[in-house]
Amino acid sequence: MKTDNSLPLEYGTEQNKLNILGFWIFLGAEVMLFATLFATYFTLEHRTGSGPAGAEIFEITPVLIETILLLTSSFTIGLGVHAMRLGRKNAMMTFFAVTLLLGLAFLGVEIYEFTHYVHVGAGLQVSAFTGILLTTLGTHGAHVTVGLFWGLFIIMQVKKRGLTPETANKSFIFSLYWHFLDVVWIFIFSFIYLKGMM
Amino acid sequence: MDYFDRFAIPHPSPAIYASMVAIGLTVIAILIGLTYFKKWSYLWREWLTTVDHKRIGIMYIIAALLMLFRGGVDALMMRAQTAVPDNKLLDAQHYNEVFTTHGVVMIIFMAMPFIYALMNFVVPLQIGARDVAFPRLNALSFWLFFMGAMLFNISFVIGGSPDAGWTSYFPLAGNDFSQSVGTNYYLMSIQIAGIGTLISGINFVTTIFKMRAPGMKLMKMPMFTWTALITNAIVVFAFPVLTVTLLLGTMDRLFGTHIFSMTNGGMDMLWANLFWVWGHPEVYILILPAFGIYSEIISTFSRRNLYGYTSMVASIVIISFFSFLVWTHHFYTMGQGPLTNSIFSITTMAIAIPTGIKIFNWLLTMRKGKIEFTVPMLYSVGFIPIFTIGGVTGVMLGMASADYQYHNTMFLVAHFHYTIIPGVVFAMLAGLTYWWPKMFGFMLNERIGKWAFWFIAIGFNVTFFPMFFTGLDGQARRMYTYSEASGYGPLNMLSFVGAVGLAIGFALIVYNVYYSTRHSSRNIGSDPWDARTLEWATQTPVQSYNFARTPHVDSIEAFWDYKKKGQPLFKGSIEKIHMPNNSGVPFIMSCIFFVWGFSFIFSMWIPAIITTIAIFACMAHRSFEKDDGYYIPVEEIEATEKDSEVLADENR
Repeated sequence: MKTDNSLPLEYGTEQNKLNILGFWIFLGAEVMLFATLFATYFTLEHRTGSGPAGAEIFEITPVLIETILLLTSSFTIGLGVHAMRLGRKNAMMTFFAVTLLLGLAFLGVEIYEFTHYVHVGAGLQVSAFTGILLTTLGTHGAHVTVGLFWGLFIIMQVKKRGLTPETANKSFIFSLYWHFLDVVWIFIFSFIYLKGMM
Repeated sequence: MDYFDRFAIPHPSPAIYASMVAIGLTVIAILIGLTYFKKWSYLWREWLTTVDHKRIGIMYIIAALLMLFRGGVDALMMRAQTAVPDNKLLDAQHYNEVFTTHGVVMIIFMAMPFIYALMNFVVPLQIGARDVAFPRLNALSFWLFFMGAMLFNISFVIGGSPDAGWTSYFPLAGNDFSQSVGTNYYLMSIQIAGIGTLISGINFVTTIFKMRAPGMKLMKMPMFTWTALITNAIVVFAFPVLTVTLLLGTMDRLFGTHIFSMTNGGMDMLWANLFWVWGHPEVYILILPAFGIYSEIISTFSRRNLYGYTSMVASIVIISFFSFLVWTHHFYTMGQGPLTNSIFSITTMAIAIPTGIKIFNWLLTMRKGKIEFTVPMLYSVGFIPIFTIGGVTGVMLGMASADYQYHNTMFLVAHFHYTIIPGVVFAMLAGLTYWWPKMFGFMLNERIGKWAFWFIAIGFNVTFFPMFFTGLDGQARRMYTYSEASGYGPLNMLSFVGAVGLAIGFALIVYNVYYSTRHSSRNIGSDPWDARTLEWATQTPVQSYNFARTPHVDSIEAFWDYKKKGQPLFKGSIEKIHMPNNSGVPFIMSCIFFVWGFSFIFSMWIPAIITTIAIFACMAHRSFEKDDGYYIPVEEIEATEKDSEVLADENR
């Protein structure tokens, strides 16, 4: 494969450019996926049946911790990509590792949050509201979980193969994915938690 | 043994046991045949592991034709059951299962793969590309669709077919009213096939945006490629909605949530909305490529360039936009109130405008043309009046207040068959006949093809036109029988006669393939129709690398201008060509998806967890794999291109 050195490494080959465009289109599809979940959530938000409403079960502390963890991880992966463009492999790997640790911590808090909901009587099967709430949060959480494994694989490949057009491309695409999860979380934070607590 | 009770059919009949035996025997025959003729390694090497868009296209065609006949048998059973009043051929439950699987098979597992078959084969050739942007993902798309289709098709012999209609409205499809695993089959198999389609959508949008031949600006793309681009853009935005809808349905059925239920806050109107937010764009996903095919064929056989190219492009873009704004017209009677109904009524009728523009463009393309009535052209010309009837009745149904009269009657059934059969099936048959020589190196017999066309065209009208009348008289759809006093008998019998005519037409197509394989000339050159677009500039059969040298395009009909005006098409010398490696992973991963879906359908959690892990293991394998592809050396290309007419032309 020919490498074009006038562009950042991740855009270096024709296939790399295709991969990045393809991934943006995939993110477009992901936007639709979460948009559908949000639309369904807004439809069912007040249909709580005999179960609790959002204001009764949401707690600001774990949610704020999750938000700070995920937003910070988005910042660190940005630093990671910056380090990658400077060709600093170790710095890049460190930032990616920090990102994944923050993601893992986020997931831990989210699992705590889920057990809390079940504990206070807001399990999956209680009402339309709890069902769609946990499905929406769960879909986001599942994306983060997949991202953790994916990110780990990428760190391993960068460690083994160094910064090549191929690994740089993968790392960059992974960073797009991670930023996207952060964007989705901002919507969850604003329109599910904050709106629900008002 | 209690564990295995779940696989029993809840509502057996001799016909189902007979098909069980037939399926078993067919599978055994295929296995023995492959072993006896020592074709296993050929099958694996050349087909199961291929990433070549042309071969994937051909596999899509085979699968689509198989499903066409499966869905066709369902259709014949329905028409036979309703041919006479108070018929006892099928009981109510079986009739429910048959119309459900007919709808799902025809839309999801026949029409979708058929359009992807032609897009796969044709689009990369039309834009002068080596392959699609992600060949490996393309193979995965096909195998996911194929495994989804197979999973859906075993439902009637293992566990019971879905029976809640192809729209599968909850709460009817929920656990309370549909106790068998049928709806689980519906949810999981469409989910698997739908993921494949979504991947295809991403693949083709990327391909068309980034891999066009030098000089081919967007407004110089052939019309079929334009429709493929817009179709795939709709796929990318509509299919995630289906993914979520099916996910929520699965949550309700398998994990006890109350999203679509009538208790604990569930919303019984939600499924219909979500389903049609995907479902209406889906209609245009099917029809737009058909419009593209007709544009190519009408222009080729009128020997004229397409009239109103820019307005064609504008109208498909407008259609794609409106396709997302009309979904409520599928359930005007559900009670969303006059304001909502009025808005959706207006958007619905607005779609008739760009569609009308297209019809006039085709007519004006033919005006003063030297029209040649080949089989593809017959389908295209036949499409115009029949589809117009479908369109006009569509506007009738689109009027919300009048719709209360026709809703859920045979009038609706007649209407959508009048759009989808000329719109999609005719187009697929036309496209298949048109591109057949490029795919297989010989032409289908024109005489048999014309007989098939007339049987299909006349049989179609005889089948569906009477339904407009019975529908207006009040015959409800999806009812397994009616009384003699209703007076629907004679017209339903007429429908059955027409359905037999259709069946003969399709049988003739099969015979035509057999006959032409044996008797057609193999010496047809690379451009037997004297066509206009780039796919005809390749050799026949098309080499794995498509074009030895990348074509340079200066006009909308580059190949035509090359032939008639001597505009140069291929410049420079032959260089080595980079090709992707074959891979068995897409096939294996899709097989795992099959087991995964099956485990969910029957709530078998241990295999479900194992296969979920296995699916991610396949993805991890892909992540770590180093696959740089290989190069075809210049000498090999020169050797295979020796006989190419285009090269010979240039050397003359």
